[in-house]
Formats: sequence, structure tokens, C-alpha cells
Amino acid sequence: MKNPLDSLGQTVALGFVLTLIVAFLIPIISQ
Amino acid sequence: MEILSSQAYWVFFFRWLHILSGIMWIGHLWYFNFTQAPTVPKIPMELRPAITKFILPEALFWFRWSAFATWVTGLIVGGLSGWLVPAIMLGVGSGSQHVTAIGIGMWLGTIMLFNVWIIIWPNQRKVIGLVQADDAGKKAAARRASLASRVNTLLSIPMLYCMAANHFYT
Repeated sequence: MKNPLDSLGQTVALGFVLTLIVAFLIPIISQ
Repeated sequence: MEILSSQAYWVFFFRWLHILSGIMWIGHLWYFNFTQAPTVPKIPMELRPAITKFILPEALFWFRWSAFATWVTGLIVGGLSGWLVPAIMLGVGSGSQHVTAIGIGMWLGTIMLFNVWIIIWPNQRKVIGLVQADDAGKKAAARRASLASRVNTLLSIPMLYCMAANHFYT
């Protein structure tokens, strides 16, 4: 399997996915 | 200069320095990933030393030291604001989403700083010839530096979300 980090587009897409996860986690962690 | 005796002013002042150095850091990071890395393979071999011998060492200097300055000024902002320790603990159980958001941003930034100084820079020293390495060693070092740089590009997106959006969280 190809490393997604070898593709700049996939790296940026993963960055946005991680942002979505973080945005949902913030209210949960702070409780 | 009454303003200088205001704590809020100094929080702002160090936040301003934090933003300046942060732009220089992430600006260089994105230059490496969005501009340099995809373009270098298209440059004729005889012209490539212009990048590796001249532009890259200079860019790496500003890159690593602006990363350090960003981290230090961020800690000063947190310390002066009084939320540094709760943010390090990710605001767990604090009821403050603001502290959790900035805490996650701080940790992402800290991982990125670690990548810059512990992985990218020592490996790039081999690539640009500051440390002796044979061709295979140089190739392996370039690969390690490139992957760490890509990880930082990935992390920069949620990190900047946490830094810039934390005022939406109460």
C-alpha cells in the first residue's frame, strides 16, 4: 500500500479529516 | 506609556510575536511541501545545487529558529494568561472548551517542533552536506526528513484550527 504522506493532496485531506475529529473531541474532552 | 503597565498589552505583544514567528515557520513548511518538494524533481540535475547548496540551508535556518521562537512565545502567552498548566492537561474535566482547544493546539505544535529539531534538521544536515554521509545515507536521510515534514503539514491544519478557532469555544 502506498504511503498517503507521499501524496500532498492526501496529506492535506487527512489534515482536514483530523481537524474534524479534533473539533468534535474538544467539547467531549473538556467535560 | 501607561499601556506598558497593562498585563493585557503584554499578552497581546507576545501573541503578536507568536503570530509573526508562526507565519514564518508554517510559511517555510508549506514552501517546502507545496513548492520545493514537487518542483525539485523537474529541475535539471546540474541546476539542483542552487536549491540544495544555497536556498535550502537558508530556508532551513529561518524554518527551525522561527519554529523555536513560535513555541517559546506561545508558552509566554499561556503563562501570562494563566491557562498554561490547564492547557497542558488538555483542559480535561475543566468544563472550558477554550482551554481544551488551545491545549490540543499546543500539543500539536509541540509535536511539530520535536519533528523539526529532532528529525527534520539532523537529517537535512546530511542532505545539505553539513554532516558526512554516503549516497545511500543521504537518500535515507532525505526520506526521513520528507516524511516528518509531511506529518507536520498534516498536523498544521488541525493545529491552526485550534489556535484560531478557540474563541468560538467557551
